Amino acid sequence: MENNESKSVPKESHALVVEDIISQSLRWGVVISAIIIAAGLVFYLLTGDSGYPAGFFPTSIPQVFKDVVHFKSFAIIDLGLLLLIATPIFRVAASIIAFIFDRDRPYVVITTYVLAMLILSLLLRKAE
Amino acid sequence: MALLIFTGSILAGIVGALLGLGGGIIIIPVLTLLLNIDIRYAIGASIVSVIATSSGAAAAYIRDRITNIRIGMFLEMATTTGAITGAYLGGLISPHYLYIIFAVVLGYSTLAMFKRRNLELPEGVVAHPLAKKLKLEGSYYDQVLNRQVAYTSTGVYEGFGIMYGAGVISGLLGIGNGIFKVMAMDMFMKLPMKVSTATSNFMIGVTAAASASIYFARGDIHPAIAAPVALGVVIGATLGTRLMVRLRNTTLRKIFVPVLLYVSLQMLLKGLRG
Repeated sequence: MENNESKSVPKESHALVVEDIISQSLRWGVVISAIIIAAGLVFYLLTGDSGYPAGFFPTSIPQVFKDVVHFKSFAIIDLGLLLLIATPIFRVAASIIAFIFDRDRPYVVITTYVLAMLILSLLLRKAE
Repeated sequence: MALLIFTGSILAGIVGALLGLGGGIIIIPVLTLLLNIDIRYAIGASIVSVIATSSGAAAAYIRDRITNIRIGMFLEMATTTGAITGAYLGGLISPHYLYIIFAVVLGYSTLAMFKRRNLELPEGVVAHPLAKKLKLEGSYYDQVLNRQVAYTSTGVYEGFGIMYGAGVISGLLGIGNGIFKVMAMDMFMKLPMKVSTATSNFMIGVTAAASASIYFARGDIHPAIAAPVALGVVIGATLGTRLMVRLRNTTLRKIFVPVLLYVSLQMLLKGLRG
Protein backbone atom coordinates (compact mmCIF):
# COMPACT_ATOMS: atom_id res chain seq x y z
CA MET A 1 0.00 0.00 0.00
CA GLU A 2 2.71 2.44 1.03
CA ASN A 3 4.55 2.09 -2.27
CA ASN A 4 1.61 3.57 -4.20
CA GLU A 5 2.23 6.94 -2.70
CA SER A 6 5.69 7.36 -4.13
CA LYS A 7 4.42 6.43 -7.60
CA SER A 8 1.56 8.86 -7.70
CA VAL A 9 3.52 12.03 -7.13
CA PRO A 10 1.06 14.81 -7.85
CA LYS A 11 1.54 18.21 -9.38
CA GLU A 12 -0.32 20.17 -6.77
CA SER A 13 0.74 19.01 -3.35
CA HIS A 14 -1.66 21.55 -1.87
CA ALA A 15 -4.76 19.55 -2.75
CA LEU A 16 -3.20 16.50 -1.17
CA VAL A 17 -3.37 18.11 2.27
CA VAL A 18 -7.16 18.23 1.84
CA GLU A 19 -7.23 14.58 0.82
CA ASP A 20 -5.06 13.54 3.75
CA ILE A 21 -7.18 15.40 6.29
CA ILE A 22 -10.35 13.76 4.94
CA SER A 23 -8.79 10.30 4.67
CA GLN A 24 -7.40 10.51 8.20
CA SER A 25 -10.67 11.72 9.70
CA LEU A 26 -12.45 8.75 8.11
CA ARG A 27 -9.77 6.28 9.18
CA TRP A 28 -9.76 7.42 12.82
CA GLY A 29 -13.55 7.39 12.95
CA VAL A 30 -13.65 3.81 11.69
CA VAL A 31 -10.76 2.53 13.84
CA ILE A 32 -11.99 4.04 17.09
CA SER A 33 -15.60 2.95 16.58
CA ALA A 34 -14.54 -0.57 15.52
CA ILE A 35 -12.43 -0.97 18.69
CA ILE A 36 -15.33 0.14 20.91
CA ILE A 37 -17.85 -2.10 19.06
CA ALA A 38 -15.45 -5.08 19.29
CA ALA A 39 -14.85 -4.49 23.01
CA GLY A 40 -18.60 -4.35 23.67
CA LEU A 41 -19.30 -7.43 21.55
CA VAL A 42 -16.54 -9.52 23.19
CA PHE A 43 -17.75 -8.43 26.61
CA TYR A 44 -21.32 -9.41 25.66
CA LEU A 45 -20.31 -12.80 24.24
CA LEU A 46 -18.11 -13.64 27.24
CA THR A 47 -20.57 -12.63 29.97
CA GLY A 48 -23.77 -13.42 28.03
CA ASP A 49 -25.20 -10.33 29.71
CA SER A 50 -26.45 -7.44 27.59
CA GLY A 51 -26.98 -5.30 30.69
CA TYR A 52 -30.70 -5.06 29.88
CA PRO A 53 -33.82 -7.21 30.21
CA ALA A 54 -34.27 -9.65 27.28
CA GLY A 55 -35.44 -8.00 24.06
CA PHE A 56 -34.49 -4.53 25.25
CA PHE A 57 -31.69 -2.23 24.13
CA PRO A 58 -31.07 1.52 24.39
CA THR A 59 -32.42 3.74 21.59
CA SER A 60 -31.50 7.23 22.72
CA ILE A 61 -28.12 8.91 22.89
CA PRO A 62 -28.46 10.15 26.52
CA GLN A 63 -29.38 6.63 27.62
CA VAL A 64 -26.33 5.16 25.88
CA PHE A 65 -24.03 7.63 27.62
CA LYS A 66 -25.67 6.99 30.99
CA ASP A 67 -25.34 3.20 30.69
CA VAL A 68 -21.80 3.13 29.24
CA VAL A 69 -20.58 4.33 32.63
CA HIS A 70 -22.10 1.18 34.16
CA PHE A 71 -20.32 -1.04 31.63
CA LYS A 72 -23.51 -2.44 30.12
CA SER A 73 -22.30 -4.32 27.03
CA PHE A 74 -25.11 -3.21 24.67
CA ALA A 75 -24.47 0.40 25.67
CA ILE A 76 -20.77 0.01 24.80
CA ILE A 77 -21.68 -1.48 21.39
CA ASP A 78 -24.16 1.35 20.77
CA LEU A 79 -21.57 3.98 21.65
CA GLY A 80 -19.32 2.49 18.95
CA LEU A 81 -22.20 2.32 16.44
CA LEU A 82 -23.13 5.95 17.12
CA LEU A 83 -19.52 7.01 16.55
CA LEU A 84 -19.51 5.07 13.28
CA ILE A 85 -22.73 6.81 12.19
CA ALA A 86 -21.26 10.20 13.09
CA THR A 87 -18.06 9.59 11.08
CA PRO A 88 -19.38 10.68 7.63
CA ILE A 89 -20.94 13.81 9.14
CA PHE A 90 -17.67 14.57 10.89
CA ARG A 91 -15.88 13.94 7.58
CA VAL A 92 -17.98 16.64 5.87
CA ALA A 93 -17.21 19.11 8.68
CA ALA A 94 -13.48 18.27 8.47
CA SER A 95 -13.58 18.86 4.69
CA ILE A 96 -14.82 22.42 5.18
CA ILE A 97 -11.78 23.15 7.32
CA ALA A 98 -9.53 21.42 4.80
CA PHE A 99 -10.92 23.47 1.89
CA ILE A 100 -10.56 26.70 3.90
CA PHE A 101 -6.96 25.70 4.51
CA ASP A 102 -6.59 25.12 0.76
CA ARG A 103 -8.22 28.51 0.02
CA ASP A 104 -10.57 26.76 -2.35
CA ARG A 105 -13.55 29.06 -2.04
CA PRO A 106 -16.05 27.29 -4.36
CA TYR A 107 -15.53 24.08 -2.40
CA VAL A 108 -15.84 25.76 0.97
CA VAL A 109 -19.28 26.93 -0.22
CA ILE A 110 -20.19 23.53 -1.72
CA THR A 111 -19.18 21.60 1.39
CA THR A 112 -20.90 24.03 3.75
CA TYR A 113 -24.07 23.56 1.70
CA VAL A 114 -23.77 19.77 2.04
CA LEU A 115 -23.30 20.03 5.81
CA ALA A 116 -26.29 22.38 6.07
CA MET A 117 -28.47 19.93 4.11
CA LEU A 118 -27.31 17.07 6.34
CA ILE A 119 -28.17 18.97 9.51
CA LEU A 120 -31.49 20.07 8.00
CA SER A 121 -32.37 16.48 7.11
CA LEU A 122 -31.52 15.36 10.64
CA LEU A 123 -33.82 18.04 12.05
CA LEU A 124 -36.63 17.24 9.61
CA ARG A 125 -36.49 13.53 10.37
CA LYS A 126 -36.48 14.17 14.09
CA ALA A 127 -39.71 16.09 13.70
CA GLU A 128 -41.55 13.16 12.12
CA MET B 1 -24.79 -16.91 15.08
CA ALA B 2 -22.58 -13.87 15.65
CA LEU B 3 -19.84 -15.70 13.74
CA LEU B 4 -22.15 -16.38 10.76
CA ILE B 5 -23.26 -12.75 10.62
CA PHE B 6 -19.61 -11.71 10.85
CA THR B 7 -18.54 -13.98 7.96
CA GLY B 8 -21.41 -12.89 5.70
CA SER B 9 -20.57 -9.27 6.46
CA ILE B 10 -16.95 -9.70 5.39
CA LEU B 11 -18.23 -10.80 1.98
CA ALA B 12 -20.65 -7.87 1.87
CA GLY B 13 -17.80 -5.49 2.71
CA ILE B 14 -15.61 -6.85 -0.09
CA VAL B 15 -18.36 -6.56 -2.72
CA GLY B 16 -19.44 -3.16 -1.39
CA ALA B 17 -15.92 -1.75 -1.57
CA LEU B 18 -15.35 -3.15 -5.08
CA LEU B 19 -18.55 -1.84 -6.59
CA GLY B 20 -19.19 1.34 -4.63
CA LEU B 21 -22.38 -0.05 -3.08
CA GLY B 22 -23.37 -0.29 0.54
CA GLY B 23 -23.39 -4.06 0.75
CA GLY B 24 -27.09 -4.15 1.67
CA ILE B 25 -27.62 -6.31 -1.42
CA ILE B 26 -25.79 -9.10 0.43
CA ILE B 27 -26.45 -8.20 4.08
CA ILE B 28 -30.25 -8.14 3.85
CA PRO B 29 -30.71 -11.56 2.17
CA VAL B 30 -28.08 -13.21 4.41
CA LEU B 31 -29.74 -11.92 7.58
CA THR B 32 -33.35 -12.50 6.58
CA LEU B 33 -33.20 -15.65 4.44
CA LEU B 34 -30.30 -17.57 6.01
CA LEU B 35 -30.55 -16.47 9.62
CA ASN B 36 -34.26 -15.68 9.90
CA ILE B 37 -33.65 -12.27 11.40
CA ASP B 38 -36.52 -9.75 11.44
CA ILE B 39 -36.43 -7.54 8.30
CA ARG B 40 -36.54 -4.45 10.56
CA TYR B 41 -33.22 -5.36 12.19
CA ALA B 42 -31.80 -6.46 8.84
CA ILE B 43 -32.50 -3.02 7.35
CA GLY B 44 -31.07 -1.32 10.46
CA ALA B 45 -27.89 -3.41 10.18
CA SER B 46 -27.74 -2.72 6.44
CA ILE B 47 -27.71 1.06 7.05
CA VAL B 48 -24.81 0.54 9.47
CA SER B 49 -23.04 -1.56 6.82
CA VAL B 50 -23.39 1.24 4.24
CA ILE B 51 -21.62 3.65 6.61
CA ALA B 52 -18.95 1.11 7.55
CA THR B 53 -18.19 0.26 3.89
CA SER B 54 -18.23 3.90 2.90
CA SER B 55 -15.91 5.18 5.62
CA GLY B 56 -13.59 2.15 5.59
CA ALA B 57 -13.21 1.95 1.83
CA ALA B 58 -13.13 5.70 1.24
CA ALA B 59 -10.25 6.20 3.69
CA ALA B 60 -8.14 3.76 1.64
CA TYR B 61 -9.24 4.96 -1.82
CA ILE B 62 -8.55 8.59 -0.93
CA ARG B 63 -5.08 7.64 0.30
CA ASP B 64 -4.48 5.80 -2.98
CA ARG B 65 -5.73 8.92 -4.82
CA ILE B 66 -8.48 7.03 -6.66
CA THR B 67 -11.44 8.85 -5.13
CA ASN B 68 -12.18 12.24 -6.64
CA ILE B 69 -13.12 14.21 -3.53
CA ARG B 70 -14.21 17.30 -5.44
CA ILE B 71 -16.52 15.37 -7.76
CA GLY B 72 -17.90 13.59 -4.69
CA MET B 73 -18.53 16.81 -2.78
CA PHE B 74 -20.05 18.51 -5.82
CA LEU B 75 -22.47 15.63 -6.40
CA GLU B 76 -23.31 15.37 -2.70
CA MET B 77 -25.08 18.73 -3.09
CA ALA B 78 -27.50 16.90 -5.39
CA THR B 79 -27.90 13.79 -3.23
CA THR B 80 -28.48 15.60 0.06
CA THR B 81 -30.98 18.01 -1.52
CA GLY B 82 -32.66 15.03 -3.18
CA ALA B 83 -32.87 13.18 0.13
CA ILE B 84 -34.73 16.09 1.72
CA THR B 85 -37.08 16.35 -1.28
CA GLY B 86 -37.68 12.61 -0.97
CA ALA B 87 -38.57 12.92 2.70
CA TYR B 88 -41.16 15.57 1.78
CA LEU B 89 -42.56 13.70 -1.23
CA GLY B 90 -43.00 10.58 0.88
CA GLY B 91 -46.72 11.00 1.39
CA LEU B 92 -47.48 12.32 -2.08
CA ILE B 93 -46.28 9.69 -4.53
CA SER B 94 -47.02 5.98 -4.48
CA PRO B 95 -43.78 4.03 -4.11
CA HIS B 96 -45.15 1.51 -6.70
CA TYR B 97 -44.69 3.95 -9.56
CA LEU B 98 -41.28 4.95 -8.27
CA TYR B 99 -40.09 1.37 -8.10
CA ILE B 100 -41.25 0.79 -11.67
CA ILE B 101 -39.66 4.00 -12.97
CA PHE B 102 -36.37 3.16 -11.29
CA ALA B 103 -36.49 -0.44 -12.48
CA VAL B 104 -36.79 0.83 -16.06
CA VAL B 105 -33.92 3.32 -15.58
CA LEU B 106 -31.73 0.61 -14.07
CA GLY B 107 -32.73 -1.90 -16.73
CA TYR B 108 -31.67 0.55 -19.41
CA SER B 109 -28.35 1.16 -17.68
CA THR B 110 -27.76 -2.58 -17.31
CA LEU B 111 -27.96 -2.83 -21.07
CA ALA B 112 -25.69 0.18 -21.56
CA MET B 113 -23.13 -1.16 -19.09
CA PHE B 114 -23.27 -4.58 -20.77
CA LYS B 115 -22.51 -2.98 -24.14
CA ARG B 116 -19.56 -1.18 -22.62
CA ARG B 117 -18.31 -4.26 -20.77
CA ASN B 118 -15.02 -4.40 -22.67
CA LEU B 119 -14.24 -0.73 -22.32
CA GLU B 120 -11.21 -0.32 -20.05
CA LEU B 121 -11.11 3.48 -20.02
CA PRO B 122 -13.53 6.10 -21.39
CA GLU B 123 -12.40 7.47 -24.74
CA GLY B 124 -12.77 10.83 -26.47
CA VAL B 125 -14.28 12.59 -23.47
CA VAL B 126 -14.94 16.27 -24.14
CA ALA B 127 -14.58 18.19 -20.90
CA HIS B 128 -17.68 20.03 -19.70
CA PRO B 129 -17.08 23.78 -19.08
CA LEU B 130 -17.80 23.22 -15.38
CA ALA B 131 -15.24 20.43 -15.24
CA LYS B 132 -12.38 22.91 -15.54
CA LYS B 133 -13.97 25.56 -13.39
CA LEU B 134 -14.80 23.24 -10.48
CA LYS B 135 -11.84 20.90 -10.97
CA LEU B 136 -14.06 17.92 -11.78
CA GLU B 137 -11.06 16.14 -13.23
CA GLY B 138 -7.97 14.39 -12.02
CA SER B 139 -5.64 11.47 -12.42
CA TYR B 140 -4.86 8.26 -10.59
CA TYR B 141 -2.18 5.63 -10.76
CA ASP B 142 -3.56 2.43 -12.25
CA GLN B 143 -1.69 -0.59 -10.88
CA VAL B 144 -2.98 -2.91 -13.59
CA LEU B 145 -2.23 -0.65 -16.54
CA ASN B 146 0.94 0.41 -14.76
CA ARG B 147 0.54 4.06 -15.61
CA GLN B 148 -0.99 7.31 -14.47
CA VAL B 149 -4.51 7.73 -15.91
CA ALA B 150 -5.74 11.30 -16.43
CA TYR B 151 -9.47 11.90 -16.84
CA THR B 152 -12.02 14.68 -17.03
CA SER B 153 -15.79 14.73 -16.81
CA THR B 154 -18.55 15.45 -19.29
CA GLY B 155 -22.34 15.35 -18.91
CA VAL B 156 -22.12 17.24 -15.62
CA TYR B 157 -25.77 18.39 -15.65
CA GLU B 158 -27.09 14.91 -16.50
CA GLY B 159 -24.91 13.37 -13.80
CA PHE B 160 -26.07 15.96 -11.29
CA GLY B 161 -29.70 15.28 -12.24
CA ILE B 162 -29.37 11.52 -11.80
CA MET B 163 -27.65 12.12 -8.44
CA TYR B 164 -30.59 14.28 -7.37
CA GLY B 165 -32.90 11.40 -8.33
CA ALA B 166 -30.69 9.00 -6.39
CA GLY B 167 -31.03 11.27 -3.35
CA VAL B 168 -34.83 11.39 -3.74
CA ILE B 169 -34.96 7.58 -3.74
CA SER B 170 -32.76 7.40 -0.65
CA GLY B 171 -35.08 9.81 1.13
CA LEU B 172 -38.22 7.98 0.00
CA LEU B 173 -37.26 4.35 0.23
CA GLY B 174 -34.38 4.46 2.69
CA ILE B 175 -31.96 2.55 0.48
CA GLY B 176 -28.27 3.18 -0.11
CA ASN B 177 -28.35 3.82 -3.83
CA GLY B 178 -24.71 3.28 -4.67
CA ILE B 179 -25.96 1.73 -7.92
CA PHE B 180 -27.42 5.00 -9.22
CA LYS B 181 -24.32 6.89 -8.14
CA VAL B 182 -21.91 4.62 -9.99
CA MET B 183 -24.22 4.70 -13.02
CA ALA B 184 -24.36 8.52 -13.08
CA MET B 185 -20.57 8.80 -12.94
CA ASP B 186 -19.89 5.98 -15.38
CA MET B 187 -22.58 6.55 -18.00
CA PHE B 188 -23.09 10.29 -17.96
CA MET B 189 -19.89 11.82 -16.63
CA LYS B 190 -17.69 9.20 -18.33
CA LEU B 191 -15.28 8.75 -15.44
CA PRO B 192 -13.05 5.67 -15.30
CA MET B 193 -14.89 2.79 -13.59
CA LYS B 194 -12.45 2.70 -10.66
CA VAL B 195 -12.90 6.41 -10.02
CA SER B 196 -16.70 5.96 -10.19
CA THR B 197 -16.86 3.12 -7.64
CA ALA B 198 -14.31 4.75 -5.30
CA THR B 199 -16.12 8.10 -5.43
CA SER B 200 -19.49 6.41 -4.91
CA ASN B 201 -18.03 4.70 -1.83
CA PHE B 202 -16.99 8.10 -0.56
CA MET B 203 -20.50 9.50 -1.07
CA ILE B 204 -22.87 6.79 0.17
CA GLY B 205 -21.96 7.21 3.85
CA VAL B 206 -23.20 10.80 3.96
CA THR B 207 -26.78 10.08 2.90
CA ALA B 208 -26.87 6.91 5.01
CA ALA B 209 -25.68 8.77 8.13
CA ALA B 210 -28.69 11.07 7.91
CA SER B 211 -31.13 8.15 7.85
CA ALA B 212 -29.19 6.01 10.36
CA SER B 213 -29.97 8.35 13.25
CA ILE B 214 -33.70 7.89 12.73
CA TYR B 215 -33.32 4.11 12.49
CA PHE B 216 -31.38 4.18 15.75
CA ALA B 217 -34.05 6.19 17.55
CA ARG B 218 -36.74 3.90 16.15
CA GLY B 219 -34.98 0.89 17.69
CA ASP B 220 -34.18 -0.79 14.35
CA ILE B 221 -30.44 -1.01 15.02
CA HIS B 222 -30.07 -4.07 17.27
CA PRO B 223 -26.65 -4.04 18.98
CA ALA B 224 -26.20 -7.84 18.87
CA ILE B 225 -26.83 -7.89 15.09
CA ALA B 226 -25.36 -4.56 14.00
CA ALA B 227 -22.07 -5.11 15.93
CA PRO B 228 -20.86 -8.22 14.04
CA VAL B 229 -22.13 -6.66 10.79
CA ALA B 230 -20.14 -3.46 11.35
CA LEU B 231 -16.95 -5.31 12.29
CA GLY B 232 -17.22 -7.81 9.41
CA VAL B 233 -17.93 -5.09 6.87
CA VAL B 234 -14.97 -2.97 8.01
CA ILE B 235 -12.63 -5.96 7.53
CA GLY B 236 -14.28 -6.88 4.20
CA ALA B 237 -14.07 -3.30 2.92
CA THR B 238 -10.36 -3.19 3.76
CA LEU B 239 -9.78 -6.41 1.80
CA GLY B 240 -12.01 -5.15 -1.03
CA THR B 241 -9.97 -1.96 -1.50
CA ARG B 242 -6.76 -4.01 -1.86
CA LEU B 243 -8.45 -6.23 -4.42
CA MET B 244 -10.01 -3.42 -6.45
CA VAL B 245 -6.74 -1.67 -7.32
CA ARG B 246 -5.50 -4.99 -8.76
CA LEU B 247 -8.54 -5.53 -11.00
CA ARG B 248 -9.15 -4.22 -14.49
CA ASN B 249 -11.91 -1.67 -15.05
CA THR B 250 -13.45 -4.18 -17.47
CA THR B 251 -13.53 -6.84 -14.72
CA LEU B 252 -15.32 -4.40 -12.41
CA ARG B 253 -17.91 -3.78 -15.11
CA LYS B 254 -18.44 -7.50 -15.59
CA ILE B 255 -19.07 -7.94 -11.85
CA PHE B 256 -21.34 -4.89 -11.84
CA VAL B 257 -23.66 -5.96 -14.68
CA PRO B 258 -25.30 -9.00 -12.95
CA VAL B 259 -25.71 -7.01 -9.71
CA LEU B 260 -27.39 -4.23 -11.68
CA LEU B 261 -29.66 -6.75 -13.39
CA TYR B 262 -30.58 -8.36 -10.07
CA VAL B 263 -31.45 -5.06 -8.41
CA SER B 264 -33.52 -3.82 -11.35
CA LEU B 265 -35.55 -7.05 -11.44
CA GLN B 266 -36.04 -6.84 -7.68
CA MET B 267 -37.30 -3.25 -7.99
CA LEU B 268 -39.64 -4.20 -10.82
CA LEU B 269 -41.13 -7.04 -8.73
CA LYS B 270 -41.60 -4.72 -5.76
CA GLY B 271 -43.30 -2.16 -8.00
CA LEU B 272 -45.66 -4.70 -9.54
CA ARG B 273 -46.45 -6.57 -6.36
CA GLY B 274 -46.56 -3.57 -4.06
